[in-house]
Amino acid sequence: MPPLPDPAPIDTDAFSAGLLDPERAAPPHVTGPNGKGAVKRYNVYRNNVTVSLIDALADIFPAVLKLTGENFFRAMAREHVRAHPPRSPLLFRYGRDFADFIAAFEPARPLPYLADVARAERAWLTAYHAADAAPLDPAELAAIPADQIAGARFAAHPAFAVITSPFPVFRIFSMNRDLMDLAPVKMDQAEAILVTRPADIVTVSHLTPAGARFADALAQGLTLGEAAGLALETDPAFDLNGALTALLSAGAFAAVAASDDGGD
Amino acid sequence: MTSFLTPVGSAPAAGKTASPGRFAAATSILEDAVPAGAGVGFKPDHLSAILDDPGSVGFLEVHAENYMGDGGPPHRTLERVRLDFPLSLHGVCMSIGGPKPLDEDHLARFAALCERYEPGLISEHLAWSTHEDMFLNDLLPLPYAAETLDHVCDHVDRMQEVTGRRMLLENPATYVLFDNSTMSETDFLAAIVARTGCGLLLDINNVFVSATNHGYSARDYLKAFPLAHVGEIHLAGHTEQEDDEGALLLIDSHNRPVADPVWTLYDEVIARTGPIPTLVEWDSDLPDWPVLRAEAESANAILRRHAPSAPKVRHATPA
Repeated sequence: MPPLPDPAPIDTDAFSAGLLDPERAAPPHVTGPNGKGAVKRYNVYRNNVTVSLIDALADIFPAVLKLTGENFFRAMAREHVRAHPPRSPLLFRYGRDFADFIAAFEPARPLPYLADVARAERAWLTAYHAADAAPLDPAELAAIPADQIAGARFAAHPAFAVITSPFPVFRIFSMNRDLMDLAPVKMDQAEAILVTRPADIVTVSHLTPAGARFADALAQGLTLGEAAGLALETDPAFDLNGALTALLSAGAFAAVAASDDGGD
Repeated sequence: MTSFLTPVGSAPAAGKTASPGRFAAATSILEDAVPAGAGVGFKPDHLSAILDDPGSVGFLEVHAENYMGDGGPPHRTLERVRLDFPLSLHGVCMSIGGPKPLDEDHLARFAALCERYEPGLISEHLAWSTHEDMFLNDLLPLPYAAETLDHVCDHVDRMQEVTGRRMLLENPATYVLFDNSTMSETDFLAAIVARTGCGLLLDINNVFVSATNHGYSARDYLKAFPLAHVGEIHLAGHTEQEDDEGALLLIDSHNRPVADPVWTLYDEVIARTGPIPTLVEWDSDLPDWPVLRAEAESANAILRRHAPSAPKVRHATPA
């Protein structure tokens, strides 16, 4: 007489282990009606899990997909999904380690800018879901007395992000998200991307390397004077006023305060 | 279990003050209740078409997780449609059918959405989707037995406790059975209702898909289903595959019109129950708005046919 079925409840270890591992057999206790085989049936769940997570990455990283082509992208994404399944039920948070995965993914080596494009795309979606805050009104900065302006410190808007790259990442990103007409780019031109959400629309803007250092320093809480010093170190011709005006109109900041000690 | 027996389709629970501000004006002119008419799953692609077509559907349903970000355009969209439509908040990732306690962070996010958007209905699935901390993004099946019943009831209790509302639990579409199940799905659902006081979301496409896949009669299943506790019905399309032995295997794909046999079963259910809020789900390969609207209108025609003669009464689930 065969042993009675194990009355233990669902073995989620076994059921889930096979979902992202095509080499594993179907889990115990899983069956079709009247004891029919259930390999293809269990594979429906395997397919749902793997394909839906690949689709999620495709939705988050459309420019990466465009640059690699559908087949390459899905093969790369499948490896990523199996190695790094999501840890949150909020799929719009997924793919935070996809750029690092791409950087280490041997077949993607001919596209050395691909990981930076992925970073920009991940930052775009993070900005889309970031907390609501009114962008800083430039009048608040203008109200700070001139002798205290160098000591002013900014609070970044929740949607703010800067992505730097040794490649022309702003143009590659923009062209592959249909924000800019396709045109040849020289790969040795370093560009950075500013991501903001003025008027609740995610916006990407071009930053020079010095502009990126300036924006990043302000977002870290350095004073305007300190940030300007770092930017001028990067590029002695850095246009401080132009850069600050551009950041303000892009909605990069949520607040500004004159320094308590009047600047340094 | 008496603290969250807000009747399905009622205004927000007594004793809960409506959150001030954003919807104060809206709630004074609109009922929060989801009416016993047809609604559709809301997709942002349809936003402008829906706003230009007022009165086209009785309510909208959203997947709660899509609105769990801190801020940004999704909330602007939901704020806007909530001004014009009653809302059903449908969770897809709570993992109520799993053995581990629910994710308290996720529960808090769900409860915050209830506070903010005041849905007339909230629902989740009899399924699991998280294992340890790994999110598998699918509605995975469970065996029906005493121990899984305990888990599910604990989780339903917790969700009702945290949200302060009565929830509806949806029957799943499944592709496998478990040889260690000791109860039928309908007995399992009835036991959950009896122990937790929750209501049920009857997905008739899921009934048809599971019945086809497992070789039983959808009509017999519906005869055994605790229809008195159904607070909402789902209708959706499915696709066809084959199982291990080449037999028909239906997939709950939500990418097509509702199939004719599902409409027939729906008509039979409504004939027995009277009108119940009914949602047409269409989640991928989205059609243009008029196509989805026509699906909702087909549901409305059936609801009207079985509506009691005036005065019209809302379906209310006995507590």
